[in-house]
Amino acid sequence: MIIGLDVGGTHTDAVLLDCRGVVERAKVSTDETDLFRSVLAGLDLILEGTDPGCITRIVLSTTLTTNAIVRNRVEPVGMIVCSGPGLDPEVHRTGPDYHVVAGAIDHRGREIQPVDPDEIVAIAAGFRERGIRQVAVVGKFSCRNPAHEVRIAELVEPYVERVFMGHRTSGHLSFPRRIATTFLNASVYPIHRAFFEAVGGALREKGLSAPVHIMKADGGTMSLEASIDAPGQTVLSGPAASIMGAIPAAPAEEDVVVLDIGGTTTDIAILVGGVPLLQPVGIAFGRFKTLIRSLQTSSIGIGGDSHIQVSDGQLAIGPDRCGPPRAFGGPEVTPTDAFVTLGELNAGDAARATAGVTEIGERLGLDEHAAAQTLIETACDRILAAVDEMVEQVNAQPVYTIHEMLDGYRIRPTRLLVLGGPAEHFAPYLAARSSMKVSLVPDWGVANAIGAAMARTTCEVSLVADTERGLVSVSNSDAQWRCDRHYTRVDALRQASEALRNLAIESGADDEDMDLELTEDIQFNIVNGFSTTGRNIRVSLQIKPGLIHGYRLPGSASSRLFRSEGC
Amino acid sequence: MLKAPRKTGLVFFPAFDWAISPTHPEREERLLYTQDQVFEEGILDIEGIVELRPELATIEDVQRVHFCVPDVESAMTESHFISAGGAMTIGRAVLDGEIERGFALVRPPGHHAMRMVRGGRGFCQVNNEAIMIEALRQRYGIRKVAIIDTDCHHGDGTQDIYWHDPDTLFISLHQDGRTLYPGLGFPEEQGGPNALGTTINIPLPPNTSDAGYLEIVRDTVLPILEEFEPELIVNSAGQDNHYSDPLTNMNFTAQGYAELTRLLKPHIAVLEGGYSIEGALPYVNMGIILSMAGVDYSHVIEPDLCPESIAQPPEVTDYVRRLGEITRRNWNERHDRRAALRANGQTILRRSRQVQYDTSGILERQEEAIRLCDDCGGALRIESVTDQGVPVLAIHIPPHACDACRQTGRDWFEQGKTGDFEQVFLQDRPNDRFEVA
Repeated sequence: MIIGLDVGGTHTDAVLLDCRGVVERAKVSTDETDLFRSVLAGLDLILEGTDPGCITRIVLSTTLTTNAIVRNRVEPVGMIVCSGPGLDPEVHRTGPDYHVVAGAIDHRGREIQPVDPDEIVAIAAGFRERGIRQVAVVGKFSCRNPAHEVRIAELVEPYVERVFMGHRTSGHLSFPRRIATTFLNASVYPIHRAFFEAVGGALREKGLSAPVHIMKADGGTMSLEASIDAPGQTVLSGPAASIMGAIPAAPAEEDVVVLDIGGTTTDIAILVGGVPLLQPVGIAFGRFKTLIRSLQTSSIGIGGDSHIQVSDGQLAIGPDRCGPPRAFGGPEVTPTDAFVTLGELNAGDAARATAGVTEIGERLGLDEHAAAQTLIETACDRILAAVDEMVEQVNAQPVYTIHEMLDGYRIRPTRLLVLGGPAEHFAPYLAARSSMKVSLVPDWGVANAIGAAMARTTCEVSLVADTERGLVSVSNSDAQWRCDRHYTRVDALRQASEALRNLAIESGADDEDMDLELTEDIQFNIVNGFSTTGRNIRVSLQIKPGLIHGYRLPGSASSRLFRSEGC
Repeated sequence: MLKAPRKTGLVFFPAFDWAISPTHPEREERLLYTQDQVFEEGILDIEGIVELRPELATIEDVQRVHFCVPDVESAMTESHFISAGGAMTIGRAVLDGEIERGFALVRPPGHHAMRMVRGGRGFCQVNNEAIMIEALRQRYGIRKVAIIDTDCHHGDGTQDIYWHDPDTLFISLHQDGRTLYPGLGFPEEQGGPNALGTTINIPLPPNTSDAGYLEIVRDTVLPILEEFEPELIVNSAGQDNHYSDPLTNMNFTAQGYAELTRLLKPHIAVLEGGYSIEGALPYVNMGIILSMAGVDYSHVIEPDLCPESIAQPPEVTDYVRRLGEITRRNWNERHDRRAALRANGQTILRRSRQVQYDTSGILERQEEAIRLCDDCGGALRIESVTDQGVPVLAIHIPPHACDACRQTGRDWFEQGKTGDFEQVFLQDRPNDRFEVA
């Protein structure tokens, strides 16, 4: 049996699954000041009467790192940056302890300028004096040659507790994002490590010896141990968990839009063939643009509790939430009040809700029934417009070859899968106003926890071989090795899949869930003068987000379909 | 978070699956290291810099500019349609106000492609800039356009297309044609009789460095540009003046290119040549992009730059200064020269010439006739035959043609139908129509 637990902003959801489906589900309020207690409370509830020895997998998703970053409750980080030619490296400054040092690597991984060890040691000594314990070391093009980062890390390590290196974050090119990502890893490391070591200890005390996995923003998981090296990967894992929870209900042959309708916002994601789309580069989070792999989501400030106003005869919905709906004692009218007014939701104080909707109606010249309808329809139209916009944006992503340009797959979603608190009430209205089929994710209340429980381990490697220089580098590792002129794409693919497998096993993947996918596969001649002197071969492989084998859930057949009125 | 003062658009289409031949300079990985640098620098994350997906140019877009023999389809590959379309995408975004400036980093290049297309010239089949400009003129009604061609090779294709157009100022700065392909672009080449002076050639001597290049731009190009008052400035941004370029002998640097871009303030830059794909392009393109967007480019310096070894010899400095004087004098005397051409009462002016299509190995003979006109660019008639035969006749009626030139053009077309031509073409720009007989 497996456990999935998602600590969200308001609720903590937990499920216990066996091969036939959900056995136990639990929902408790999240204590924002003590997430540890929320995790244990959720676990205790679903473990009641279950033998801990039967549990084979535990996946946790929390808002720990997200909150720490948003509230700036992170430790100071010493940043060492090797730039070389390009933008002024000062524009990437992360804080007061930001040091641009000698050392540069070019686009083919060649050293342009060496590292100056004395300079590094002096900076490291300063870190120790100022009590800085986490350091991030990032070089431009370090994913093409990590030597400078490795050398600097060796020099700094004796002076601090922990050094994070940029080339370990990703094989994607983007120096500023590499800086941001490595910085985030270093800054949330202490809090992440303390938390999950405590959680791990508590689980062992309960007799749970199953491997513990942590949810990532890309809808995949990594082992607790691996997460200590890359804690930044856990930001915004909650929305990803929900999207993963919708997958069992998505027909594999359709392009599907997932709508996670919450109290304040609606998150939109796209599934193609049952697989969620990933951000092309990485997640953007507050002021940070990162290389953290994440699902491609779009968020609109409309949810069940969105604040509704009328200004100049126009309805305005969201993006703020000003407390609970009127029906539940809140100050402002919300879509939830409209559902209550229409009798579609039997909860809270119907009289208060109706009074609120009536006020809105008066300013629109509508009775309360028509006002409630209009209000919900407007919210649905806004959500559907955001869906269209996202699909358009995905289809407009630039491509770099004629082949992609002419044969590029264009997404044409035919179904909306909705989940989240108010989803059930929104669904019929969305169906009436969209040409897409609309269906509700079964067990939508705990879909996030189900998504966490069933998410497989994901990872990615990029390999670059430069046969003129006779060098192969692989991302997320310090390894570089020699190759000869006869090295081919086939060799590159073999070595990259080996590297990916090793990385996946290290990150806690199961052999049967290794669904490798080629994401980049290009090679170029290297020409000097007018003769070919080598090849530049680039392959990237990933284990794409998906669900682990062996656990069946009610699929698309059992999801409730809402017919649009026209049918 | 870094923010660009000027909203800048990029079309990046490296055509990683297109080459003239496997070891040809115009091959798949030409923009590979540029892409690496642009991605690694995080240029596309700078607020105010947007990447746009190129559109495909249509056959009609091409026919507004070119006479492709026998037809457009056989002159172009998919990559040419995307390359020209990429330039158009930037142009539209500028005129729609989505962006202030834009750079189409596309390949293959186009500035050697002339109005007649009977094969490939200097790695070019069709002219990306001209296809864009004519599409913009058609769609947005703009009229006066300046093209500054800063590729190291003379922009003979663009010069040919705008030879008779008084509404287009074409300035080419390039390495002297006596020392480099295509062997054209001398100061005497100043445009046809109806547009004399609006073609300006500045052939720079080998070993010109940043100093000489930027001086002539500041002292000569900018004042002329200002006097012409264009609605749109287009830069044919070749990057082969770079000191490391394998095909040329100039000493320009990435800083020089960035400064050049700062001075010219082009609304639209379109990539042309530049074949030092590792040593120059990544840095030059960075310099141009940052300069366009108004972002600090002072740290964009080639790793192997040795300023002493590319210092400009004094004789080059003197030569460039004299060249500037000649150019300014020619510009100031353009009205007198135009009048002098009309002194003997001729109504039609003719010229014959040979055009070499070096990329395709074809030689063409052209007999050209232009109607002398003070009201428009003039009706243009081109008889063309190649060394493989196939005589064709092409008639061009310019966009703002006067009634007389429209009539002349139509008459030539009708007469041509009975002549000894395999194909007769009419580019009827006032009606935005292309006819083939």
